[in-house]
Parts: sequence; C-alpha cells; structure tokens
Amino acid sequence: MHKLLKDSPGEKIMLLGNEAIARGAIEAGVAFATTYPGTPSSEISLNLFQMSQESDLYFEYSTNEKVALEVAAAAANSGLRTFCMMKHVGLNVAADPLMTLAYVGVTGGMVILSADDPAMFSSQNEQDNRYYAKFGNLPMLEPSSVAEAKEMTRYAFELSEKLQQPVLLRTTTRINHSNAFVAFDKMLPRKTKGFFIPDPQRCVTVPAVSRQLHAKVLEKMADAKENSEASEYNMVNGSGKMGIVTNGVSYHYALDAVKDLGVEDQTKIFRMGFSNPMPEKQIKGFLAGCEKVLVIEEGEPFMEEAIKAFAQEEGITIPINGKSEALFSRLYEYDPAMVREKIATCFEFEYTPKEKLPTDNIPPIPVRPPNLCSGCSHRATFYEVQQAAKDMDIICPNDIGCYTLGFLPPLSTGDFVICMGSSVSSSCGFGQATDQKVVSFIGDSTFFHSGITGLVNAVFNNHNFTLVILENDITAMTGHQPHPGVDMTRFGLDGHKRVDIETLVRALGVEHVSVIKPFKVKKSISTIKEALDYKGVSVIISQEPCILYAKSLKLHKPRAFKVSDRCRDHKDCINSIACPSFFLEDGKVKIDADTCVGCAVCAQICPENAIIPLKK
Amino acid sequence: METTRLIMVAVGGQGNLLASKVLGEAALIAGVPVRMSEIHGMAQRGGVVESAIVFGDATSTIISDGEADILLGFEPAETLRAINRCSKNTRVITNTATLPPFTVSIGKGVYPEMENIKSLLQEKCASLVAFDAMALAKEAGSPMSVNIVLLGALVQSGTLEFTKEHVIEAIRRRTKETFLDKNLKAFELGYQAAVEYAG
Repeated sequence: MHKLLKDSPGEKIMLLGNEAIARGAIEAGVAFATTYPGTPSSEISLNLFQMSQESDLYFEYSTNEKVALEVAAAAANSGLRTFCMMKHVGLNVAADPLMTLAYVGVTGGMVILSADDPAMFSSQNEQDNRYYAKFGNLPMLEPSSVAEAKEMTRYAFELSEKLQQPVLLRTTTRINHSNAFVAFDKMLPRKTKGFFIPDPQRCVTVPAVSRQLHAKVLEKMADAKENSEASEYNMVNGSGKMGIVTNGVSYHYALDAVKDLGVEDQTKIFRMGFSNPMPEKQIKGFLAGCEKVLVIEEGEPFMEEAIKAFAQEEGITIPINGKSEALFSRLYEYDPAMVREKIATCFEFEYTPKEKLPTDNIPPIPVRPPNLCSGCSHRATFYEVQQAAKDMDIICPNDIGCYTLGFLPPLSTGDFVICMGSSVSSSCGFGQATDQKVVSFIGDSTFFHSGITGLVNAVFNNHNFTLVILENDITAMTGHQPHPGVDMTRFGLDGHKRVDIETLVRALGVEHVSVIKPFKVKKSISTIKEALDYKGVSVIISQEPCILYAKSLKLHKPRAFKVSDRCRDHKDCINSIACPSFFLEDGKVKIDADTCVGCAVCAQICPENAIIPLKK
Repeated sequence: METTRLIMVAVGGQGNLLASKVLGEAALIAGVPVRMSEIHGMAQRGGVVESAIVFGDATSTIISDGEADILLGFEPAETLRAINRCSKNTRVITNTATLPPFTVSIGKGVYPEMENIKSLLQEKCASLVAFDAMALAKEAGSPMSVNIVLLGALVQSGTLEFTKEHVIEAIRRRTKETFLDKNLKAFELGYQAAVEYAG
C-alpha cells in the first residue's frame, strides 16, 4: 500500500513537503486531482498519480495547466473535493480560467496549489504568486513548515467548501523540498461521483451574469476575511514592543533569530498563514502595540504595502520597514543568518556577525553546470542540426525542458527561451522580422502543452522556419511523467489513448514533415538539410526515448564504447558534443565505461573511426 | 537540545538524498528533532546536490553560509566549493575520490590538486577526515554505497546526538533489502576509516 494511503492516525513519519501536501489532500477526502508537472510541485502529483492506481482517487496529467484547471473546475462544480497543482509559472497558463472561476465559485472544496520558486532553483522567473490571490479574489493559505503544509492542505478543502470559493495554497521551494516528521490524522471518506446541477445565473458568465457575480465574489471575500480574522493560522508569538510580521519559511528564520539574539522578551512576531484576505483588525491591533515594525517576506512587498495602508487608516505613525537597501531585498530567497542580521539592524539589537573564513587563497574550482546526460538523444539532435546548418546564419528559439541545456557550449543551440511553447510562436516572429534562418526546438510534452497552437498559427500565416520536435516519449525534466504521446501500457495502465505526433503535425497542415533517429548521424544530417531548405514551415520529429527512462524500463541495455589506439587526438568528440562520459587522461580522451550507454554518436563523429564497442 | 547543522554536498547520482533519509530515520529512532532541506532541481543532469540537515531545537530548515557545524562532502572539489558554508569551528569529512566536472574534460577549468584541497580544508576548518570512500564502497561490494561509507565516517565523528546502532537500524529500514549486507559493510568500513584517519 502507498505510504500516504495508510489509515494510521497518530503515525509519525518523515515526509517531503510535497508528500505532506499530498497526504493532507488525502486526509481531506480529495476525490479528483489534475496537474501539469513542474518543479517544485512535481512530487505532489507523482504521489497522487501513484495513489490513484490503488484507490478510487481520480488523477490525471492534463496537457497543460489551463486544461488541468478547467477539468478540475468541472469536478469541483459537480460537488467533488478537487485538487489542482502546478508550479508558479503554470498559474500564468491557468490564469484565464482562474480569474473567472473565482466569480463562478465551486460546490465541492477546491484547492489550487501554486509552488513558487524564490531564487529560481529550477524556474525561468521568481514571480510572487500571492498577487494572484488578491488579483483573482481567492482566499490564500501559506504554510511555514512541512507539518503545517499537511494541516493547511486539509483545512483549505474545508474552507473552500464553506466559502464555495477555490482556495489558493501557496508554497515555496523550501516547503516543497524540505523533509520533516509529520503525524498522520484520520482520512475522510472520498466522495468520488458528483452531480452537476445547472445554475446559469452562476455558471454561465455572460456580462449580465458576471456583473452579479463580481458583487457576489466581494461578499464571499468579506466572509473569507471573517475567517482570516479568526484563523489560528494568523497568530502572534511574544509580547515585546518590536513587531515582526512574517510569512512562510521566513517565520522560522525569525523565530530562530530572536532566540539567537536573546531578544524574545523585546519582540513579538505576527505570522500570517491565512494571507488573503489579510486579517485587517488583527494587524491593526498588533501595530497599535508596537514601537517599530519589520516585515519579513521573500519576494514582493505584498504584506508590507497592505500593512502600511492599514497603519495609515488608523493614524499609526510608527516606522514600518521591509524592503529597502539596508534591509530586505525583493530578490532571491532569505536565510536564517540574513534574517538575524536584518532584525538586529532594524531594531538596533546588539549583534556580532560571525567571523567569515578567509577564502582568498582558494583556487578557482571548475564549475559543474547541469549537463545533458550521457547518451541523451538531444545532444545528437543539436549536433546534427548544427552540422546541417553549418553554412547558415541561424536563430534557434528553444523551449522549456532538459533540452534548454542545449544553449551551453559546445552545442550552443538555444537563443531565445521565455516560456512553455514560446519556441514555436517566437519562430513565427523571428522568421518574419529577419532574413535569418530559424530552427527551433521543443520537447514532446511541451509541444502538447502549448506548442500546437503556435504551429497552427505558423501554418495559417505561412511562416518560414524549421521546428524540431524532440520526441523522447516522456516528460523528462520533471521526473518522467507521462504526456499524451506516451504509451501508457509502459506504466502498466490501460484505458488511455496515444496521440501520435507525426499524424497530428501532418493533420495541422504542415507540408514538410520528416522523422529522424538521432543516433544515426549521417542520415539525420541529410534529412535535416532537406527540411532546412524548405521554404515555409517544416517539422522534423527526432525520435529516441529519454535514456534515463529507457534504462529504468530496461528498454535499453547499455553497451559501453572505448577509445582505441587508432585515436589521433583530434578531440572532435569532446569538442563537438562534450558527452559527460568523456574524460582526459594524460591529455588523451577516454570514455567512462560505467556511464557510457553506447549511443555511438561519438563513434560516428570520430574521423579515425577510433571509438569502438568495448568487448565484454 | 543543542542544534547541530550538517551540510552534505554531492554530485547528482551519488546518493546523498538517500543518505539524508537514513539520517532522518536515525534521528526519529533516537528521538532527535530534525528538519532537512534539499535542492534537487537539475541534479539528475550532473549538477551539484546539496542537503541541509538541522538537528535539535532550531526551527529553520536551511543553513546559512558560515554556519555549518559539519560539512560532509561526497566529492572533494565540491567539498572545497562548499567552504563558504563553514567556519573555523566546522568539522569536515570528505571523500577523496574525484568526479571531475565535464568542464575539466573539455579544458575549461583545472581540477584542484588533492593535496591542496586537503590542506586548505585542514587549515581553515576545525578538523578534517579525508579518505577514498569509493574504494571502500567497492570493497563493500558496490560503488553505489559511497553514501553509506561516508555516513559511517560521519557517525564516527561523534558530532551527532545518536549512536552507531541508531544509524544501523535506520539503514535496515531505509535501504533496499538486496543491498543491505553491502550497505552494512560499507557503513562499518567508513566508520573504521574515520577511526584510522583520526589515528
């Protein structure tokens, strides 16, 4: 049995934040869950996916976040407890249904999780999604710890059902990817079949209806505010005159800091866990008892600006600090030492910074950037495109996935990346705005997510570029989740259909479509050349399963290669593809037999045919 | 309870996340509060994986620069790179088996001299235990057990509030049955290596 399905109230186990959130949803009786995977949220859905295979929970990997939210919105309006989770930028994709779903509301409890990524450990921006709660009129909860993440998830379903409004559960990477002991509570039964009662005055958002609904949303948010005022998630620690208002992980940094500084008696900390609508009365009361306030929140001054406005209304003129040159930044994440130092600075507490180790005599340490894996088919495809386009001036829009790493030397393929699907649409723009040849790259999962509409646009408007679809049969970057092009019987699951990319691309009206097997280097290069010469939209589908995935399914048996003594030291292999299995020994290229998977791309590049299979 | 802050650095694939899980389990068995944070976004692609483990009463899950009590490095250059996490009071334990980054293999960087790595760590930090954990893992029967070898050395340092027996029980609970004998041997070899290094 899945460890998160155990009906064992009181049991205490070590859980990842994302597992705790999945468990919280299970305890709340979640019946319906949808997602598009994205770090740092991916393990929530992975666990729900696994649990759906041994319970009556419905779970799906949807094609993108907008689709996921719309699928979930219907379930929640059929009375089911519904969970929809995504990374922060995913909520941009889902923003269209989000804004109006907030008007319509729900009948079953619905929780939308946004996993924000301050410091951008694996994201293209560090937007602060707390603003979506305010923007869209959604009650918002923000946990400060792993254990609380489970509690809040469970509560979020109750709250949503009570208010008939979707609730935004907002986490940050340091919650999602921390581990701590969590105690299980009892699991509510799942109601897995709903019933939709048509209610056009609520569910059909024509202008006349929406005018009514907007007013209703404001009423619901007034209700939500009452709940926020009374919420145990908005709490005060201590009774000093120096006030700290904080949220999320910063709360624990602040707790540790006041203890380390020995100023527990001089400070009081307001932790905001139910942060939209903010508990206005509580905050005003808190401010009234302070001589000075410091707001500690990663990201934007979301609380700080609201608190300053509350103070103004009350005629409270104490200094309220937060984001400034001397104090906190809007950039990146915070840490305990930083918070300790800023608290001391702001309130003029005695503080001796810890002595720093002198590091001036540390030699430069070679960087270890993430790299495409040994035997990754993307490396072969990038190399082949560069060879085929050797004499051309090319622009290479790239997309979001492992293959974004193609921009690194020596492959140096990837000139423009902004969001999921942008490779295709930006190629339309580059092809029209310049006379340069445009060759763009998109993964299979990302193509389904948001590449298709761009390609339809390209066909309709007769744009001129070559799109390479990297079909590796899986969503690789986020940990091998399925997508519509995947054969689900590989997951041991029946009842799914497979959408074939080649058939789809031809059906969209693309006239020049070719398929390559990227480990066949010469043949691929000549096929790519033909596609590049085509005037108009050409699509190349590069088919080779993700090597890690193939290995995990035992579809691929590694057969290592070695560099024989025919090597004349051209180093074409290292210089052109830089597979991580290469290393230099006394200036000579060697291949690490433990990591080489035998894709044989280097063997086909070597001018001396010096790279040969290792004899067993 | 005193707070002990441990940083573990490794290269993706070296198994430091499993090592964290074993330590977490040992803490549970011993009744020591623990919180851990890990960054594993791009780890699968050969990047650096860092775990922060906070034992004791502090409530934060991450560790600031200069505030690690112990640094456990799975790869020597990564151990040295993480020296900004240390103070003069930090105890350092490192594997000496190298995994040169591919930037070195394509000539975009020079791997630091091992003797230099060791002397810098020794000179700047409170203590150093450095040994070839890969050789011991192979001796135990699996190169995959490097993480467990290093846990043996960590426990030997006596810096954590739990015993060898707690960790052995955690290894039994948390690692795969088929690897258990190899892991238990790896743990013992790491423990002994640290004893010998200390002299």
